[in-house]
Amino acid sequence: MDTGHAAWVLTSASLVLLMTPGLALFYGGMTRSKSILNMMMMSFGAMGAISIVYILWGFSMSYSSITASTDGEIAGGAVGTFFADPFALFGLTDIDPSAYLTVAFQLTFAVITAALISGAIADRVKFSTWMLFIPIWVTLSYFPLAHQVWGGGFLSGNPDGLAAMIFGTVGEGAEAVAEIVPLDYAGGTVVHINAGVAGLVLALVIGARKGFGKESMKPHNLPLTMIGAGLLWFGWFGFNVGSFVPGATAGVGGEEGEFYTNSAAFAANFVGETGLVWVNTTAATAAAMIGWLLVEKIRDGKGTSLGAASGVVAGLVAITPACGALSPVGSLILGVVAGAAAALAVGLKYKLGYDDSLDVVGVHLVAGLIGTIGIGFLATSGGLFYGDGAKQLVIQTVVALFAIVWSAVATLVIALAIKYTIGWRITEDEEVEGIDFAEHGESAYDFVGTAGRRSLLGGSTLSTKAPVSEGAEA
Amino acid sequence: MKLVTAVIKPHKWEDVREALETFGVTGMTVSEVSGYGRQKGHTEVYRGAEYDIALVPKIRIEIVVDDADADDVVGIIVKTAATGRIGDGKVWISPVETVVRVRTGDRDEAAI
Repeated sequence: MDTGHAAWVLTSASLVLLMTPGLALFYGGMTRSKSILNMMMMSFGAMGAISIVYILWGFSMSYSSITASTDGEIAGGAVGTFFADPFALFGLTDIDPSAYLTVAFQLTFAVITAALISGAIADRVKFSTWMLFIPIWVTLSYFPLAHQVWGGGFLSGNPDGLAAMIFGTVGEGAEAVAEIVPLDYAGGTVVHINAGVAGLVLALVIGARKGFGKESMKPHNLPLTMIGAGLLWFGWFGFNVGSFVPGATAGVGGEEGEFYTNSAAFAANFVGETGLVWVNTTAATAAAMIGWLLVEKIRDGKGTSLGAASGVVAGLVAITPACGALSPVGSLILGVVAGAAAALAVGLKYKLGYDDSLDVVGVHLVAGLIGTIGIGFLATSGGLFYGDGAKQLVIQTVVALFAIVWSAVATLVIALAIKYTIGWRITEDEEVEGIDFAEHGESAYDFVGTAGRRSLLGGSTLSTKAPVSEGAEA
Repeated sequence: MKLVTAVIKPHKWEDVREALETFGVTGMTVSEVSGYGRQKGHTEVYRGAEYDIALVPKIRIEIVVDDADADDVVGIIVKTAATGRIGDGKVWISPVETVVRVRTGDRDEAAI
């Protein structure tokens, strides 16, 4: 790998890792004050648990079918194009050192995808259950979809894949590839549709927060949410721009071969494409924020800070799959549509009666679908609006539907298994009291100084008694 | 002696304090309070969901004054705190039996 490119991938991996604490702030500010620590812990928990399983079998299960081991041979085969061999590169022991960069970058995606789900089930889930659920979920839903979309599997240009089944293949033998290759630059299907569907399934299986629709559950700290949205936007440049693959959009072979060693051709490709992706990412995000605010201005009379923060995220989500395929003006159009549509979609949960607490469905699933399917309209090469017919649109739609079904089935199986064994929910009393104290023995804020005294025993015993200080209702 | 209690809009507190100081009021107790009157709070919208916020933040001022000054103090507060819009607040007078200054033990008028 070119050293400049390598430096950028390392930077991108670090940017994307910062997105998860950013998400913790984004979500944390939207909860009630008695739940923020648990909300943030669900994101931090994902940083812990998912990093571990990614190193052990996550990378292998996603990419071992296209990654060399130390002897220079491809490590392991795919299992029926749905997922790669989880044991071929288990623990990364036999991996070619050149692949560590890819592991680092892809690990951060798995982390944030798991963390995204937490917004749908705020305030009510046992932390131990969450920490058991996410490693199982990434194993059954995230790693397979990552393999299918980016690892040469069922939802890629693979001649045995879904796209090839619909419109056939071009090329012969080992060169064969689907005539219309599905496009997902940085994770519209793998990350956002996947997390959005999982959030919806969990919200339905677990049920609503106590008092949902009746009690006030307004956000307790929107400045934190705004900071989180800002960090997400910043980190998202790693997410999207870091997803550059040499020569991929030019239809040239990737890591190996003449193109990559021809530094002039590679440099032109790198500079042109990364610049475009950065501009497209910002264009869609800016337009989506304005789109969301316009909907609020027309519908409610005022544009809100929560609307601005949500619009930013909706735009980032929508441009994620499309950022390499659109023009900057196309990105503006995609963004404003995604922002306005997500602003309208977040009200659905009240009409339909499910408690997607922080709108994972309304923002991530809706905007992820708009971005993934919008490619079929707006791609400068293959888009319907550019006179290139509807084939790309058909492929994008079918791939999105397949991802929905895969994620829904995988999540439902795990969710029900957990529901009837260890259980999802904390008790009603604990929920009313606040999940921070119930699950972590902490409270986020102490403004009135009713924190009591330090225990003379040094606090080594964890008391499960409710505090009996008068007026200490946080 | 009388206790004058006023509940006013928070942004009017500085003006009221200045006017009372000019009049000669030497001390008062001020607290941040919440409540509602006829306007029944207000509405906030988060991601399209409306929340009725019943309690509106206000400032409560409590002043113990001589009987002769009570009406003047009320007049000053009313004149200074008024914006003419809904939610300007209320002022009321209640009788006070005894006041004691903690430091010296002075009682009643000497303690004000």
